[in-house]
Amino acid sequence: MSEHAAVGKLKQKFSDAVLDVVEYRGETTITVKKEQIVAVSTFLKMELGYNFLCDLCGVDYLGQSPRFMVVYNLYNIALKDRLRIKVPVEEKDAAVDTVSTVWATANWHERECWDLMGITFNNHPDLRRILMAADWEGHPLRKDYPLQGPDRELYQGRLQ
Amino acid sequence: MGVEKTLGNNVLTTSLDKLVNWSRSRSLWPMTFGLACCAIEMMAAGAARFDLDRFGILFRASPRQSDVIIIAGTVTKKMLPVILTVYEQMPEPKYVIAMGACACSGGIFDTYSTVQGIDEFLPVDVYIPGCPPRPEALIYGINKLQEKIMAERNSFGSVIGIGERISS
Amino acid sequence: MANKETMTVNMGPQHPSTHGVLQLVLELDGETVVKATPHIGFLHRGVEKLAEHRTYHQTIPLTDRLDYLAPMSNNLGYVLAVEKLLGITDKIPARANHIRVMLAELTRLKSHLVWLATHALDIGAMTVFLYCFREREEIIDIYEKISGARMTSNYFRVGGLSADLPAGITEEIRAFTAKMPGLVDTYEGLLTGNKIWQKRTIGVGKISAEDAIDIGLTGPALRSSGVDWDLRRDNPYSGYEDYDFKVIVRDDCDTFGRYKARLDEMRESCKIIMQALDKLTPGPILADCPKVCLPPKQDVVNSIEGLIHQFKIITEGFKPEVGEVYQGIEAPKGELGYYLISDGSAQPFRMKIRPPSFVNLQALPQMVEGSLLADVIATIGTLDIVLGEIDR
Repeated sequence: MSEHAAVGKLKQKFSDAVLDVVEYRGETTITVKKEQIVAVSTFLKMELGYNFLCDLCGVDYLGQSPRFMVVYNLYNIALKDRLRIKVPVEEKDAAVDTVSTVWATANWHERECWDLMGITFNNHPDLRRILMAADWEGHPLRKDYPLQGPDRELYQGRLQ
Repeated sequence: MGVEKTLGNNVLTTSLDKLVNWSRSRSLWPMTFGLACCAIEMMAAGAARFDLDRFGILFRASPRQSDVIIIAGTVTKKMLPVILTVYEQMPEPKYVIAMGACACSGGIFDTYSTVQGIDEFLPVDVYIPGCPPRPEALIYGINKLQEKIMAERNSFGSVIGIGERISS
Repeated sequence: MANKETMTVNMGPQHPSTHGVLQLVLELDGETVVKATPHIGFLHRGVEKLAEHRTYHQTIPLTDRLDYLAPMSNNLGYVLAVEKLLGITDKIPARANHIRVMLAELTRLKSHLVWLATHALDIGAMTVFLYCFREREEIIDIYEKISGARMTSNYFRVGGLSADLPAGITEEIRAFTAKMPGLVDTYEGLLTGNKIWQKRTIGVGKISAEDAIDIGLTGPALRSSGVDWDLRRDNPYSGYEDYDFKVIVRDDCDTFGRYKARLDEMRESCKIIMQALDKLTPGPILADCPKVCLPPKQDVVNSIEGLIHQFKIITEGFKPEVGEVYQGIEAPKGELGYYLISDGSAQPFRMKIRPPSFVNLQALPQMVEGSLLADVIATIGTLDIVLGEIDR
């Protein structure tokens, strides 16, 4: 299966960067170190043909270390194949290199990740808020940010 | 409440008031403030089946030429200054219709970025609930606004400069 | 250097073209656009964070309001993602799949009708707006009879559908679909040969195939730039592999090409709906997974297991295993993706929505720089953006 081929080739080229490989419901997820993300992305795009970045997002695992995970959902148009790359990001050093040089579509996705999660992207051409107002304080999609916002009372309804 | 200064209280002035009210309510020109899903129902209300033109309603894009602002859709905190600017640009007499659950009270979006009802910032005349309200509901709401305008007093007096328009 | 000052013009969040609350800051040199910067976020309602506080079933109505022109598509994408997470994709009954495909294509028709109406209205053809909305009202009547609501349908459920089709609806859909291609020809007759339309759309908003793939463009806009990619054919879902339809690929790369591509897609959608109607057979509409799907009402009232399952599913919600999935579908606007992470509880740990319009709008600056101001309006229309989806 081509998934395994990608995993094999990735491990061959970046043996120290691949941290974990998971197969679930027919999808492969590879966790790599964040320092190597640009090199890994370039390899995946140029050598293995994953030329389409479907989605880039951040996930907040509050209470775990590392706290954040940046997830890249890739697609190979020629082979019609999906692949997922995850990059763990610590809370103290919440910064990753930008992949907008590899896939131009990452530009706005990374801006949204910065806006809602607070993960900085080094060398990003234009890192500023995209969905919230420019003077908004805080990063709303983090788990410790209240749903109703910091200036309203907590919702007393259905929550645990 | 102080003494209301009106032009008069006789049958002549009330007939003139009725004339002014009738002309205002039968040619309400809304400003399109379609924000979200309710905007599509507003467009559908203006299209061929639920024709709004037969009520004298012409959608104007400029606030300077409109009478009523129909807030159709979710109001977010980022959009609020824009709404207030546009509302202030509208000339008197102006009315506000809050269309849809999100404009009335925030709707299902009880979150950090949503204003919980536009009546926190604007004086709303008619609330139209629904998510989205059917075009018939929008027409009913506009009819209610027309009734409210017809019940105003001293409209003619305020037009010629004597006293203020007294709405119910 | 000559004193070339550019004028900054704001196409504010409130503007008459009905695409929603989008702000474009344009730097103009006369009538030519030097730089265009879109500003979004005026409709950001926090849907992703809200989904983390709702069970999987309670999130389905939230997805209706994303791309509010194609609500059943959003429902379908989300429901497919949850079914993939649960691993019950194979258990969905055939009738449910056929109805899903039929309604997804009806939704595609609905969305393309609004696209054509507003795009033509922006360029100046108001008759097309009224004609398209007339057809849309008939589709809305069908929606209302099936799901109960004109727009925000909330019809699909995890495991199938919420209720079966009402009696007589298949004849109505068949009659409508039979006359639709003729109506699409009417719209074409009004626009395609029209010199004004051709001048406003040919050569406007060009983007090459490599740029399109790089910037993330999907849907009919990508296929009009020559890239042969359609998720219905390439990564099929809900039984699309059994349907016979053509994927419309053109190599015009401009607004006119996208317009023709979407019109042809409307004709193909009619074909798919007819095939789905022919394939419909009586049968169950919910998968046989008692822990996930609500039991039929007779079981709830007459048996204890039914009552307990109904109670648990509604109050607690079902709990998928720990894991993550990404499901992309071919929504009318492009690839709509749902990335769901489950941590074993009844609420999604993270729901990320990959909206096609968000990524398509990124392509706007490079499509518009160097062209005239009026072309900006045509390009926004041709990208077919919906702000509810962009801002979530």
